[in-house]
Amino acid sequence: MKRFVVRRVGYALLSLVVLSATIFVFVRLTGDPSVLLVEPGASKADIDAIRTDLGLDRPLLVQYALFVKGLLRADFGRSFYYRTPVLELYLERLPNSLLLALVAMAFSLAIGIPSGILAAVRVNGWWDGAGKVFALLGLSMPSFWVGLLLILFFSVYLGWLPSSGSGTPWHVLMPAFALGWYFAAAHMRLTRSSMLEVLGSEYIKLARLKGLPEALVICKHAFKNALIPVLTLAGINLVLMVNVAVVVETVFAWPGVGRLLYEGIAFRDFPVVQTTVILGGVMIVVVNLAVDLMYAVIDPRIRYER
Amino acid sequence: MNGSRAATLTTTWRLAAFRTEGLPIFPIAILTVLAVLAIFADVIAPHDPQVGLLGERFRPPAWQQGGSTAHLLGTDHVGRDVLSRLIFGARVSMVVGFTAVIFAGVVGTVLGILAGYLGGWVDQVIMRITDAWLALPALTFAIFLAAIVGPSEMNIVIILGAVYWTRYARVVRGEVLSLKERDYVRLAIVAGCSKRTIMRRHILPNVVNSAIVLATLMLGVVIVTEAALSFLGVGVPPPKPAWGLMLADGKKGLMAGYWWLTVLPGVCIMLMVLSANLLGDWLRVKLDPQLRQL
Repeated sequence: MKRFVVRRVGYALLSLVVLSATIFVFVRLTGDPSVLLVEPGASKADIDAIRTDLGLDRPLLVQYALFVKGLLRADFGRSFYYRTPVLELYLERLPNSLLLALVAMAFSLAIGIPSGILAAVRVNGWWDGAGKVFALLGLSMPSFWVGLLLILFFSVYLGWLPSSGSGTPWHVLMPAFALGWYFAAAHMRLTRSSMLEVLGSEYIKLARLKGLPEALVICKHAFKNALIPVLTLAGINLVLMVNVAVVVETVFAWPGVGRLLYEGIAFRDFPVVQTTVILGGVMIVVVNLAVDLMYAVIDPRIRYER
Repeated sequence: MNGSRAATLTTTWRLAAFRTEGLPIFPIAILTVLAVLAIFADVIAPHDPQVGLLGERFRPPAWQQGGSTAHLLGTDHVGRDVLSRLIFGARVSMVVGFTAVIFAGVVGTVLGILAGYLGGWVDQVIMRITDAWLALPALTFAIFLAAIVGPSEMNIVIILGAVYWTRYARVVRGEVLSLKERDYVRLAIVAGCSKRTIMRRHILPNVVNSAIVLATLMLGVVIVTEAALSFLGVGVPPPKPAWGLMLADGKKGLMAGYWWLTVLPGVCIMLMVLSANLLGDWLRVKLDPQLRQL
């Protein structure tokens, strides 16, 4: 177990190193990063100051060391637009993003799990066919378009829900549904296949042989075990939701991390863009690590793999 | 009861047949229509997609009150013909989608073969980069790259290629690992073929199928990403008629209820992505029985 943990943590750290190197290289690929990192319309003296600050006249490896040192001290630079450290801005927006992601997750599970179970119980039946169509639509309709349609229908035509902004519980409904839509399809697919696998196993046969009512077999015995992979995926997807919400948050002017990224592009605020990408990658690496370690605790076979 | 049951069975049977037997007619028809529109856009489109008359702003589609047959699907906020923009938008989506998918596919397949066949440090370097890049949220990563290089159609293709090659590399490497243990590869080694020859003549032809299946499935993802980038203003630069850009423009008329500016471009994106997904699913079953389990 100890060896597994060490190796897995090592891989995660290596991923983070490659990640930071990637960002570092891409920023320098265009030639002069001081142009990106200094405010638009800055004077020659300002650019020179940034240049010495970043050590752009020094060897690349030294520059990379300086870059990583900044990251390790959680120094992501200052926003040009807000004039505050980027990290502060990010942390300020994060709770909104988490709220949105949580509600979106609730939507996607509320749609995905029951429809997945129905599809598995009535495999190849009408429900299964409908589920397939639904999954295809979920994958094919871009979330931001779903958002725009929701605004058109519920805000413009019916006037029931506010079209943008935040503040009341009503504000979160439409962006959360638009964001959860795509994931509902993914959760449905996984619930279906996981449920099918469990329903084919020996202990379900036994439960049926014992003469348990079918409803009890499905709800109590099969459902609980089929849920494990779905909830794992949901955990990973929750982090993913925070990071793919850019377009949905832009559509609904929801003040989350994605909206921050959009403002970063719109105002040519490069430190904000860079930080959002780095922190997004870090979050995903950490979650993947956590899931792997959790699985190793639950299932000893994984520890001795390879 | 019996009758409805029979009806249910026929519907599902038809659905299943639709996906596995014969050619999938719906996706091929849609993609053909879109391809024809894209190629002959100059001839088919009734108006110039980039020039509008301000006097003709926000005209509704022809069948609604206030619409005219001059603009069948209405006009946008600067009086440009929506139908013409949708037709030219098909060209942008197709060109960007296909080139990006092919670009990512070539890079990913080559790196996947190198990693899988050569093994050792080559494998380590390529796969560590692949893992790290897969950890980056695709859309955020694409936005980051777009912020560095600036918007243009060419840049979008390169960005999408840079973001999505990792998925090909993963799949192809896995296939190569099993292929290189096969007898015919061993025989080729004994026969004295160089590594280069083996990779090109014996490995590559056997992974091309998987790469094509993946490419078809990726086409939808790439088109949605392009639309999202254009929507955010870091994709195809205006006034080019890209569907994502049209949706962004359509937001200006959304609260006034100008539905055609929001609904129509989205329907186009959906049809194209849906077709690509259906075709990809069908190809997956046809070309690669091993992938059926996935």
